[in-house]
Amino acid sequence: MSHYYDHEDLAKFGEIGENAPELAEKFFEWYGAVFADGALTAREKSLIALAVAHAIQCPYCIDSYSKDCLRKGADMDQMTEAVHVAAALRGGASLVHGIQMRNRAGKLSM
Amino acid sequence: MTEPAEEKTRSLAARRLPLAEPATQLARLHELRLPREFHDALGAAGLWPLRAERAQIFQINVGKLCNQTCRHCHVDAGPDRREVMTRETMELCLEALAKTSIPTVDITGGAPELNPDFRWLVEQCRKLGRHVIDRCNLTILETPSHRDLPEFFAANQVEVICSLPHYARLSTDRQRGDGVYDKSIRALRRLNDVGYGEGELRLVLVTNPVGAFLPGEQAALEREWKRELERRHGVRFDALYCITNMPISRYLEWLESSDNLEGYMDELVRAFNPGAAAEVMCRSTISVGWDGTLFDCDFNQMLDMPVAGEAPRHVRDFDLEALEARSIAVDRHCFGCTAGAGSSCGGTTS
Repeated sequence: MSHYYDHEDLAKFGEIGENAPELAEKFFEWYGAVFADGALTAREKSLIALAVAHAIQCPYCIDSYSKDCLRKGADMDQMTEAVHVAAALRGGASLVHGIQMRNRAGKLSM
Repeated sequence: MTEPAEEKTRSLAARRLPLAEPATQLARLHELRLPREFHDALGAAGLWPLRAERAQIFQINVGKLCNQTCRHCHVDAGPDRREVMTRETMELCLEALAKTSIPTVDITGGAPELNPDFRWLVEQCRKLGRHVIDRCNLTILETPSHRDLPEFFAANQVEVICSLPHYARLSTDRQRGDGVYDKSIRALRRLNDVGYGEGELRLVLVTNPVGAFLPGEQAALEREWKRELERRHGVRFDALYCITNMPISRYLEWLESSDNLEGYMDELVRAFNPGAAAEVMCRSTISVGWDGTLFDCDFNQMLDMPVAGEAPRHVRDFDLEALEARSIAVDRHCFGCTAGAGSSCGGTTS
């Protein structure tokens, strides 16, 4: 293996069930239920998943949910805004820790 | 090398590309390494050989002439095509139809309305008491000599099934050409004005994915399309059909040029759905080509794969009993109709 991420591994996700099959079965059943139409539409959930995929920087998830969003009728404007939401949260999360920095530095400083 | 933009607005045939030939298209599909063959997938589902059932739809492709040159077109239709069904062949179709009780005639093209005998054919089918479907690209209704088509459709109670890739402008124009969206919306309003989409006269929209992915869930998309077209344009319609793009002709060209062919075919094969396979439309359809040749479906028609076995090959020799006893001719492109929720001229199948 010359690299960690391989595009073809995405299609093999189901193989995770070859060990601990009961756990995998529960996971995939729950996963499917999570993304069904509910209080949020399936498309809204797919856009959330796309944003989370960027926040956790999972290339498999980015591939999957880019296609899933298109299938569910999302357009590039909506998908780009979803990625900005992820970026804003990541950036904001770093910046808001600046308050901790200020608190600590303030306590240590004269 | 990238083609000049204007080249992409012409048919494969006009550009004299090898891919214009059905044999080349099938050969390109057979160059791919697929997880399994279509007949093996059917066999595992207990459906091999795939048998015809009672015919419900008599489909007539009246020609490849079209006023548009859509990038995904499986017919390779366009303004440069000259294959058009003659009145004589239409008369043979009507003679065949009259011998049966097949309830529905599905008229397609190209833009079927560009055939000079289109209206005559519709009227004759109605005289035989058959329900008539017209597969309409909408923009044809905005051309000067076809502006009265909504009234003609209404007078003959034609079910109008219209192509519209997306309820938003950008995605529609990307697939079908600049300006198509605005013309399509104007045409839909005019169909609404004569009573279509209000219950009595059936108006259906058809969407194909604008890219290398499968359609979304039809019922959910239909709800959203109805809401958005009403909100944005006051347009109403009865149903939305989601149709998977078939990996042939100009869509095959795009898949190859965008390096999506292998991934798309792999997805179609992996998404094989036995439930959808049992419901494929070819089992209950007889499809007549512009020259009278008989096929299982419009896709086989474009791949020059006529009905197989003992069934008659031309509408002049029409024999319903023999046709309903036939096995369907299949190849790798058929994975397009069995993937996910399935795909047919009537949308998803399962």
